[in-house]
Amino acid sequence: MNALTRPSEDRTIVLVGAALLGLLALTFGAAHLDLGGAGNLVVAFAIALGKAALVGWFFMELRERSRLVVLALGSAIFMLAIATILTLTDYLHR
Amino acid sequence: MTPSSSVPCVAEQFDDLEQQHRAGTFGIWVFLASEMMFFGGLFGSYLVYRVLHPAVFAAASHALDAKLGTLETAVLLVSSAFMATGVHRSRNGRFGAAAAFLAVTALLGALFVGLHVHEWLGDAEHGHFPGAGFHWSGPEPRPTEMFFVLYFVTTAFHALHVTIGVFVVSTAALVSLRTAVPGPRRQHALEYVGLYWHFVDVVWIFLYPMFYLAGHR
Repeated sequence: MNALTRPSEDRTIVLVGAALLGLLALTFGAAHLDLGGAGNLVVAFAIALGKAALVGWFFMELRERSRLVVLALGSAIFMLAIATILTLTDYLHR
Repeated sequence: MTPSSSVPCVAEQFDDLEQQHRAGTFGIWVFLASEMMFFGGLFGSYLVYRVLHPAVFAAASHALDAKLGTLETAVLLVSSAFMATGVHRSRNGRFGAAAAFLAVTALLGALFVGLHVHEWLGDAEHGHFPGAGFHWSGPEPRPTEMFFVLYFVTTAFHALHVTIGVFVVSTAALVSLRTAVPGPRRQHALEYVGLYWHFVDVVWIFLYPMFYLAGHR
């Protein structure tokens, strides 16, 4: 039996699901507060990142941290970061 | 594995099952990486326009039904939990239960698409569909129309991914019941499908605040 077949997996999934729905409620609630234009964006994005991390870590099993998987995912994030940053440096200085 | 099985447990090009599994997992992640680049382009476009027109995007966002958007998000999050449970069942050899969980996943996906179509029809009725019929009574209609262009294009592409996912998940549910396919192959197939489904969920996790909650309410 390894980490992926332990009986507590069902309980983990339910807990993660509940946490995701809780973060969703938090997102919706935070949107009703005035945190300044950038503040709302930052908070919403941070919570979204948290939800994505939960889905990635537990449901997509990034906790297994297979090197090939990390390589594929890391490459995409790296490429997107380059594309986004360079695009923004262009538009923000026009 | 099984005498009359036409599907080998380990395909010819692999040394063993573990190598096959590693290759398959890497392969699906490379595909997901390409999908990230695809949606990344749309996200990047949104980011540029939002940075250039923050007030316009906040105002336009108010025109969207945030409660419906929240419900849609909840549906997808729950569907991911069902998918993960289905994959877990298949790991324990409980393929019938796995098929049931995947069936629920597919149904929730179909519900998501249905809710979304209902939403788009409502947006169109209000004259928010970009093009000749676009109508906006507030200031700056042109940048506002850009918000709706990004909204419809991005959510349409996402809904397309969900629709494809519904068909793939449904097929995987049926494959799960095909005893002619060796257990490990079925289990791995469900894993790969699960990864695609979770990815589509993660994309929406970001889309939801981007479009529905762009300005505080």
